[in-house]
Amino acid sequence: MTISRREFIRLMGMAGAAGMLPASTFAAAKRPSDLYEIPKFGNVCLMHMTDCHAQLNPVYFREPSVNLGVGNAYGKAPHLVGNAMLKHFGIENNSIEAHAFSYLNFDEASRAYGKVGGFAHLASLVKRIRSERGNENTLLMDGGDTWQGSGTAYWTRGKDMVGACNLLGVDVMTGHWEFTYKDKEVIENIGEFKGEFIAQNIHLNEDAQFDYKFSEFSGYNEDDNRAFKPYTIKNVGGARVAVIGQAFPYTPIANPQRFMPDWTFGIKDDAMQEMVDQVRETEKPDVVVVLSHNGMDVDLKMASRVTGIDAIFGGHTHDGMPAPTVVKNPGGKTLVTNAGSNGKFLGVMDLDVRGGKVRDFRYRLVPIFSNQLPADHEMQSYIDNVRKPYKDVLEEKLAVAGETLYRRGNFNGTFDQIICDALNTVNDSQISLSPGFRWGTTVLPGQNITMDHVMDQTCITYPETYRREMSGEDIKLILEDVCDNLFNDDPYFQQGGDMVRVGGLDYVCRPNNKMGKRISNMTLDDGTPIDASKKYVVGGWATVGSKSPGRPIWDVVADYMRLQETVSIKKLNTPKLVGVDGNPGVG
Amino acid sequence: MSTDTKRRLFLKGTLASGVVALAAGAGLINPRQVLAAWPKSAFEAKSVSEAMKGIAGTDTAAGNDKITIKAPDIAENGAVVPVKVDATKISGVDSIAIIAEKNPTPLIANFKMGKSTHAFVSTRIKMGKTSNVIAVVSAGGSVSTARKEVKVTIGGCGG
Repeated sequence: MTISRREFIRLMGMAGAAGMLPASTFAAAKRPSDLYEIPKFGNVCLMHMTDCHAQLNPVYFREPSVNLGVGNAYGKAPHLVGNAMLKHFGIENNSIEAHAFSYLNFDEASRAYGKVGGFAHLASLVKRIRSERGNENTLLMDGGDTWQGSGTAYWTRGKDMVGACNLLGVDVMTGHWEFTYKDKEVIENIGEFKGEFIAQNIHLNEDAQFDYKFSEFSGYNEDDNRAFKPYTIKNVGGARVAVIGQAFPYTPIANPQRFMPDWTFGIKDDAMQEMVDQVRETEKPDVVVVLSHNGMDVDLKMASRVTGIDAIFGGHTHDGMPAPTVVKNPGGKTLVTNAGSNGKFLGVMDLDVRGGKVRDFRYRLVPIFSNQLPADHEMQSYIDNVRKPYKDVLEEKLAVAGETLYRRGNFNGTFDQIICDALNTVNDSQISLSPGFRWGTTVLPGQNITMDHVMDQTCITYPETYRREMSGEDIKLILEDVCDNLFNDDPYFQQGGDMVRVGGLDYVCRPNNKMGKRISNMTLDDGTPIDASKKYVVGGWATVGSKSPGRPIWDVVADYMRLQETVSIKKLNTPKLVGVDGNPGVG
Repeated sequence: MSTDTKRRLFLKGTLASGVVALAAGAGLINPRQVLAAWPKSAFEAKSVSEAMKGIAGTDTAAGNDKITIKAPDIAENGAVVPVKVDATKISGVDSIAIIAEKNPTPLIANFKMGKSTHAFVSTRIKMGKTSNVIAVVSAGGSVSTARKEVKVTIGGCGG
């Protein structure tokens, strides 16, 4: 069942649309008649999209049921799931917002409310807001992870998304997966992008400084050694808005450095402070915001250390947060938002800016329900054209989903399990490892799994598979290393991905422990303990060191699916968690 | 003048400048050739304690917040980790040593400062695994330290 717009509005009236708003801020707000009636406020409207992962068409996307916070992050946004998250943000159970922001009742609610996202629907909303607020009073920011994540993005080397963003009218962006094309392609794509690409935290490394191959690139500054323009000043609603870019700090660690040999990244919060001070001093802005791909936990820490930022618009960790976190620092307060992923949301922050200062704000993370927002014709025909050459390949039906197939969550999702099972079956390995990315769309039970879905889950520029021997000790080392990227109690040591997915391997995980002490009781599927000194045949993909020799992962997964009519998992290799009882980050 | 003498003079005057650090990092200058009293045992020491005794005569130096170490939280490449040590807030610095706690031989470098030298060094060090980087600063007979953890990871799996 899919409900119509009219039916939807009726239901919304009944459910009480105010439920999506944090009770503290919006208790008195008048209940809007529909989800997209966003009351005007102030004079500056900043729109923010992030981590769409090249999803041009509407998709299903299940929010996580496990998103643990450890140490200081325990029980705080974004480490809240299910009912705990609804309660924290004052969202009514069983409402459309509860469906948008949580995994609860996912299949049924997905069937009722339909797909989310899609650039044509997003474009309608953006146009509506621009016309309501006045074009000159709005700015559209894109936090990155836009050029990667679909078959068409991969085959066009990100260009389909550059075109779509130009059509959407993105004013300013920063990046992460953008850098996983060849550096030459990154520079070319930025050249075709009509907005501005900014990043204060990417510099040339020492070798590149001697003879830089992109010395002619307009964003490069020889004096401060930055590879890209660090910030931009925009006139919005009569105010001077400074937007400082912060690219994903750990790109050359989380992704292959060979694609970006000349650039060095990092959090560089001291450089951020200098940049904020310099911008405030020389540009005299009314508003200073950061467009960040740090990930929410890193943004929260950065906001507590760096002063002079009004708001950080964050991404990377794919946390669809209905309201900003207000962070105190020695200079005042900074708002930290995170706008989800896969094109599912548009963040809308309205600011009242007067006398050179932000006086007040309103924020909403607006879910894009494609049944409730008309498709913008121009964008839809662009998307159809982009997909045309690849349509037959992408729409190949591989199998039927025997259950909900999803990825997002700290540990194995069901789609990850399929990938791991495919590796073990097709490549004949005992144990398989698959990266804990946070992108990848969801397939409902009974839905056809197409090549599109497989590409959504696997599409990277280093998709090659491997099959090699590893000792039990090596495998534990890998699990410990990745687990520390996730659960280190200092956010600056977190890389923002989830735990490595495993097939054919069970283990016990203690997230609150220190590195080296989190993983124990490793066994094969049949219960045989893993021996530290014994060798095991391990299959995997997405190696960040040197290129692996095997076929691309999507071919392996497609082969596995073609062998079956209905694809289900036999067993979910999710670890037994110890020490997380009562943690509101587990559903 | 022999090459070595030139190098020695060069080092004496401007040891702490970025240029020299760069040259040392790139392997152009071998400290063994240029330092008159090469503390062999310190550089071959297998523990932090031995290394510190070898260069500073003590392994119990207090922490000093006047020393700042600038290094990445997570190394992009463990083979070339950029490290900067700034001890300019301390007067009369005689030497700045850099130690990577968990390296098989922890002492990486010991920069001897000339009289009017700016107490700032910048170099790139090799680190096998996650560990503290320790700066040991000797000034007028007193020794103090600062430390910063640098993580060396296998990478991958980013969101």
